[in-house]
Amino acid sequence: MAAIAHAERLPARPWVSRFTKPEALTGYFLISPAVFLMLVLLAYPFVLAVWISMTDRVLGEPGKFIWFQNFFKLLQDPLFRETVWNSFIYTITTVFFKMFLGVILALLLNQEIPSRNLIRGAILLPWIVPTSLSVLTWLWMFDSLFSIVNYILLGLGLISRKVPWLGDPFWAMVSVIIVNTWRGLPFFAISFLAGLMTIPRELYEAAEVDGALRFRQFWHITLPLLQPIIAVVVLFSTIWTFADFQIVYILTHGGPINATQIFATMAYDVALVAGRIGEGSAISLFLFPALLVVIILMLKYLRRE
Amino acid sequence: MKRKRFRMLKRVFGVYLPLAVFVFFSLFPFYWMLISSFKANPELYNLKANRLWIQSPTLDHFRDLFAKTEILRWMFNSFFVSFLTAFISMTFGIMAGYALARLKFPGAQAFGLATFITYLVPTTLIFIPLASVVQKLGLSNSIWSLVVTYPTFLIPFCTWMLIAYFKSIPKDMEECAMIDGCSRIGAMVRIVLPMAIPGVIFSAMFSFTLSWNEFVYALTFISDTTHKTMSVAVPTELIRGDAYFWGELMAASLLGSVPVALLYSFFMDYFVSGLTAGALKG
Repeated sequence: MAAIAHAERLPARPWVSRFTKPEALTGYFLISPAVFLMLVLLAYPFVLAVWISMTDRVLGEPGKFIWFQNFFKLLQDPLFRETVWNSFIYTITTVFFKMFLGVILALLLNQEIPSRNLIRGAILLPWIVPTSLSVLTWLWMFDSLFSIVNYILLGLGLISRKVPWLGDPFWAMVSVIIVNTWRGLPFFAISFLAGLMTIPRELYEAAEVDGALRFRQFWHITLPLLQPIIAVVVLFSTIWTFADFQIVYILTHGGPINATQIFATMAYDVALVAGRIGEGSAISLFLFPALLVVIILMLKYLRRE
Repeated sequence: MKRKRFRMLKRVFGVYLPLAVFVFFSLFPFYWMLISSFKANPELYNLKANRLWIQSPTLDHFRDLFAKTEILRWMFNSFFVSFLTAFISMTFGIMAGYALARLKFPGAQAFGLATFITYLVPTTLIFIPLASVVQKLGLSNSIWSLVVTYPTFLIPFCTWMLIAYFKSIPKDMEECAMIDGCSRIGAMVRIVLPMAIPGVIFSAMFSFTLSWNEFVYALTFISDTTHKTMSVAVPTELIRGDAYFWGELMAASLLGSVPVALLYSFFMDYFVSGLTAGALKG
């Protein structure tokens, strides 16, 4: 954020020349392509989204202006309420697991271990491979008849009966949570690892001299110093998970009986499959308050740093 | 002796074993993808065989893919879109990042803030109206719709990443060059850019990956088989109705995953240092 603070330190001069001095002109020239793209393909669509969400537009017909009726209708729709609930469950559980497991994994990766880079690469793989393709593999792993996960769990004696992974409302939610955790964990672990590597060794040495136990070292040194990076990663992940689409779309398509329907998949179904574009846009816009909260928290946090 | 043994045990149970569990969890789906793609159908759907190994490997699924589907076309589309968008976003990201890191001008702060917020906006928030914008531009059902829209989320990323790198380079060098008669842009291209190469490689590589993996826009804007990219074509074109040809699907998934996996195996060090740098400076 400090990068932008320069602008305030400009000396007082006639205001026009501040915009026309060579340095400013070069600046405007350099940012113009980015600004142009962001205006046309981001700001404009966003305004358009607000507009469309206040119409009853369906595929092929412009529709008419109906104020906030789409939003009111949605709030009374039991299916939409279930979607809201599911989205919260999905986001809160996966972000919790990713954070918890991420800290553990980062601590492990920070140890002196043989072939460290290879292991880091292996851990990173789920995050860099196309999600749609890896989730397709999970779909095959959770297949009702040929599930390899059941085969392994039965073989190890961990379960006595096949788990209906994608066929049952409860287990379907468990499945999408497992897959989201699998896919997002590397980002958490590697970011936390980057944070761990910046903690000076002397701190631990001093603690050891004082006879502090491993756990207390973690609690009083590692965690407080890691906290800023944990906060930023959690905020990032919260908005991405809340707005997630691919994992649910490919694994369960929101089913069975909407048990895993979340905002983005419902918006897609309503707007592009059923063709009710106005209503679909309204569903998408429900992501906006969440985005706003994350932006505000993030800015507050980064300012303080 | 006893003490040494105790410490060894502690390491095995405290570090190696838990780490092995994580690595297994991470890699197993890829192992399953790999062996499924080389198994012949009778073996693939045989519940009595040892399912974790292959008795008689076959290339049938790959042969079918190349003979009966447009997979080469999809791979080409993915490469084309990813290269082009990574290049465009890098260029514009370098320009904007340099401006924010070095130049003072009114509005710089607002622009920096806007870039940051843009980076957080999820694609699923605006994909519905964006589809109609793309249509108005006459780009629906063409890979150009992806070439113009992907930079909207790639440029903010590149800009932020590069601000951190540019700021870590001392100002003196370019100031000297400018006193010697080099222009601002000249100094940026000749002096600063070469010193920021690790950041540039990291951002370019990450942009390439984000484009290669993008799903929502590609699914929404493109419906013609021949214009799809790998990430969308495999789950939509290879699943016909309720029939899942898992051998073929896994072979295609493997082909779609290998390019990015290779990219990372070559540039792993850049990646970890890039992420660290971003985490520290960003």
